[in-house]
Amino acid sequence: MSDAHAAHAPQSFWSRYVFSQDHKIIGLQYLITAMVMALVAAGLAVLIRIQLAWPGSLGIMMTPETYIAIVTMHGSLMVFFVVSLALVSGFGNFLIPLHVGARDMAYPFLNMLSYWVIVPACLLMLISFFVPGGAAAAGWTSYPPLSALKEAVPGSDWGQTLWLLAMALFIVSFTMGGLNYLTTILNCRAPGMSMMRMPLSTWTFLISAVLGLLTFPALTAAAVMLLFDRHLGTSFFLPSGMVIGGKVLPHEGGTPLLFQHLFWFLGHPEVYVLVLPAMGIAFDVNSAMSRRAPFGYKVTVVSLLVAAVLSMIVWGHHMFTTGMNPYVGEYFSIMTVLITVPFAVIGVNLIASLFKGRIKFTTASLFGLGLISAIGLGGFGGLYLGTAASDLYFHETYFVVGHFHMMIGVVTFFGTFAGLYFWFPKMFGRLMNERLGRVHFWLTIVGTFATFLLMHFQGMGHLVRRTFESAYDFQKPVTGMHYAITFFSVMAVAGQFVFLYNFFRSIWRGEKAARNPWNAAGLEWTTESPAPHGNWRGPVPQVQRWAYEYGRNGHAEDFQLQAEPDRVGATEPAAH
Amino acid sequence: MHAAAMAAGRRAPTVPLGLVGFLGTTIMLFTTFAASYLVRRTSADWRPVDLPLLAWANLALLAGASVTLEWACRSAARETRGKWLAATALFGLAFLGGQTLVLAQLRAAGIFAQTSPHASFFVVLSLVHGVHLVGGLGALVYGALRPAALRGCAVFWHTIGVIWLALLVFISVM
Amino acid sequence: MKRTTRGSADAHYLTMFFAVLTVVTVAGFAMDFRPAVVTPHGRSIDGLINYLMVVTGLLFVLGHAVLMHFVWKYQGEGPADYTPEKPRTQWLTALIPVIVMAGIAEVGVLLLALPVWGELYGPTPKDALVVEVTGKQFEWIVRYSGADGKFGKTDPKLVDDAENPLGLDENDPAAQDDVVKRGVLTIPEGKPVAVNLRSLDVLHSFAVPAFRIKQDVLTGFTARAQFVPEVAGRYEIACAELCGLGHYKMRGFVEVRKADEFVKWLADQPGMFE
Repeated sequence: MSDAHAAHAPQSFWSRYVFSQDHKIIGLQYLITAMVMALVAAGLAVLIRIQLAWPGSLGIMMTPETYIAIVTMHGSLMVFFVVSLALVSGFGNFLIPLHVGARDMAYPFLNMLSYWVIVPACLLMLISFFVPGGAAAAGWTSYPPLSALKEAVPGSDWGQTLWLLAMALFIVSFTMGGLNYLTTILNCRAPGMSMMRMPLSTWTFLISAVLGLLTFPALTAAAVMLLFDRHLGTSFFLPSGMVIGGKVLPHEGGTPLLFQHLFWFLGHPEVYVLVLPAMGIAFDVNSAMSRRAPFGYKVTVVSLLVAAVLSMIVWGHHMFTTGMNPYVGEYFSIMTVLITVPFAVIGVNLIASLFKGRIKFTTASLFGLGLISAIGLGGFGGLYLGTAASDLYFHETYFVVGHFHMMIGVVTFFGTFAGLYFWFPKMFGRLMNERLGRVHFWLTIVGTFATFLLMHFQGMGHLVRRTFESAYDFQKPVTGMHYAITFFSVMAVAGQFVFLYNFFRSIWRGEKAARNPWNAAGLEWTTESPAPHGNWRGPVPQVQRWAYEYGRNGHAEDFQLQAEPDRVGATEPAAH
Repeated sequence: MHAAAMAAGRRAPTVPLGLVGFLGTTIMLFTTFAASYLVRRTSADWRPVDLPLLAWANLALLAGASVTLEWACRSAARETRGKWLAATALFGLAFLGGQTLVLAQLRAAGIFAQTSPHASFFVVLSLVHGVHLVGGLGALVYGALRPAALRGCAVFWHTIGVIWLALLVFISVM
Repeated sequence: MKRTTRGSADAHYLTMFFAVLTVVTVAGFAMDFRPAVVTPHGRSIDGLINYLMVVTGLLFVLGHAVLMHFVWKYQGEGPADYTPEKPRTQWLTALIPVIVMAGIAEVGVLLLALPVWGELYGPTPKDALVVEVTGKQFEWIVRYSGADGKFGKTDPKLVDDAENPLGLDENDPAAQDDVVKRGVLTIPEGKPVAVNLRSLDVLHSFAVPAFRIKQDVLTGFTARAQFVPEVAGRYEIACAELCGLGHYKMRGFVEVRKADEFVKWLADQPGMFE
């Protein structure tokens, strides 16, 4: 078997590194693309922060129209082209076959296509800054009529169209990827790898794939109808009676609320698509680093599933102030706060997974531990927003901004970093530098926590979001915090340059790693570091146990690998 | 998929799980449009439009495509298979042509997507369905090169045929 | 078991960070930056928020206390002194967050939030003053029904930004005495007010933080916000839905006057076509 696979190994530079069908290369392509997009999106964030702390200091470079375009693109790029790309596509691709014991994904060609569809999507988003009218400026949520009419805001000229096309490509790419994750996890597990022996991160990738497959169509439909309204004069979302620029628009009968329902039907599950893998990775990393299995594995699996199901029926909590039927609002509120239940269980399990452990502090485990705190800080804020009556106060304030950044900015990034430091040896056969890692960690945790905690306080003062500068007296008590937030956010961004230097330098000059430098028990550690093409040089492992066999249990070692380690080392593949 | 499944020691299923997943996501897409239709329908400017007869006649072309594709699946010989696949492709292309004609007929009757919300849904649904059909044509080429995949292609074609029937009935009855 | 100096430093700093975080978080929320509230339902909302701050604050502190304890106590390298927990223990432990969170969350929603929600969206008191506020890029336009108590017809085709921003129909008798004001909503103190909200263009949102009121406005749909302003004074209206370039400065005012002052003031205002 391994002979056959070796014979099929790609030979040319193009087939090995560019149009690779190897899930590990594709995963790295996604991760590095996400890093590039993150630089752009973080740069946009810095511009926002400079404008807020020192309004007008950027002169003609920062007009009100540029500001809301920057806000829009910062959000759009971060949600889809950074976090989803890194966590779901990057780690999903890299880890799933290694974790389930497959040589590659179920559909390697489709997998390669999924990456090469993302590249034009990224380019369209970036190009949109330079088209007439500039980038889309209706918020990452793109609500019509603002997003439908170029008379309403310049970004709704070409920029919004490019945004919609880029999103369509993104959804095609995500679908291709999601089909791969789903099929590989359900159909391609190694002998002995039952579902309940899979690592928790694999469960989260499965759930994210299914959630995405079920809910992205809502955004596709919304995007198609919005394109029609924009370019073909239809009225899916556009009501009658709009007067813009002195002209009465000819539309009739559409409703903007329909777009909001469609958008959030995707939008809410989407944030769980992002957060769940981060938590799954944290369980994996923390268990290896604290030498014990996650507490409540089965309970966590059930909680993840419950959270995912609930996530699909609560989207209306983004629309409490729209004037929808109050009974519908009550329903959404009652269901939304229930989501705190599975999340609380997961949070408790993350903490309990340290009980009687022996915590080795590495950059990976520091991020894994920081993630737990971030879930607490961000998660509780969800109650204020999910309870309809209090949301009336907090909606569209910085309380929301602080909350979602903690969850899909901090929890997700911490999961990504924990994963990168932890699996770097599996990717490159080397270790990242731990001293630089400490610098990265502390700049990041202090910078991000301070930034987004302070935003919660600004939200208590009802600082309105998406505002170019503060024009309201009632906000004055909290606008002073802008200086501190800008300082801490720049600190956080600076930390990422340390990380990028460390990451790329370590690929070529990092300390060489042993096969299993963390003495971790997961299946991926039964093969070499870096993992070879085909994942195991010898036969696919026969899985003996679950992924978290830690503890002495009468053995000499305090852990046992999921299967026998691959006996075929870095020498020739075994004759089969 | 085959190789990976063999590597995992599992039997390759006749209809790949990936296809099931894709059909699931496609069905969700059309369901979302149907839900949007139900919402839009409640507006004051809604005037139901009678679809041209040709729209219904086109269904026969889709049915024909499904039949010929089934026969292609059951053909042992490459030549007969190729013939039936070509017939399927022809039916598919004829359907797309027929749909274009229907859209032209609507415009000729003064029914435009801009002024008739009912028609605007027909246009959008035709377009999105048409895109999937073009994908189906691509799948036929793939099936010609890889006969083991034909069963999956057939399932896809049958599904989007049934989806179109369901949509037509839905927008006529509702 | 040997504690390396590296590990100790990390554990030290991490627990310190969590401790500082907890203190700053609690202190920051306790500082309470909310503007003073002047409506009864607003006080209920604030009560709900206070409840949430207390319970989530307690849970936050408790969770971080345990986290800090574990990080400190279990630091070190080497094998863990651990045996896997029994399934029963794992399921029973899960019951604690399930019951606590479900209880806390639903008590908040069912007991504290829904009554306010019902009040806000329930029937309008018969003696309420009904006003209309229209949002447009980038201002708020107020309309009173005038002596006849009827709001006149509007037509978007008649909109003239300078002379007739709402597009009132001059031929409609009910429109003659409608009072139109730009940017300032004047209302009486101590009486219920119902605001009919519309938009002339894109989405906006009528927000008066001091009243704890927020309601999105869209074209083609009339929403309603109702409240009782209890304290005379001047309050700000903010737009709380991104509406374009001028979103940030779409500021208006609510002037709450003593009841008799308000009656006199309104009587003095000329009708649109008078």
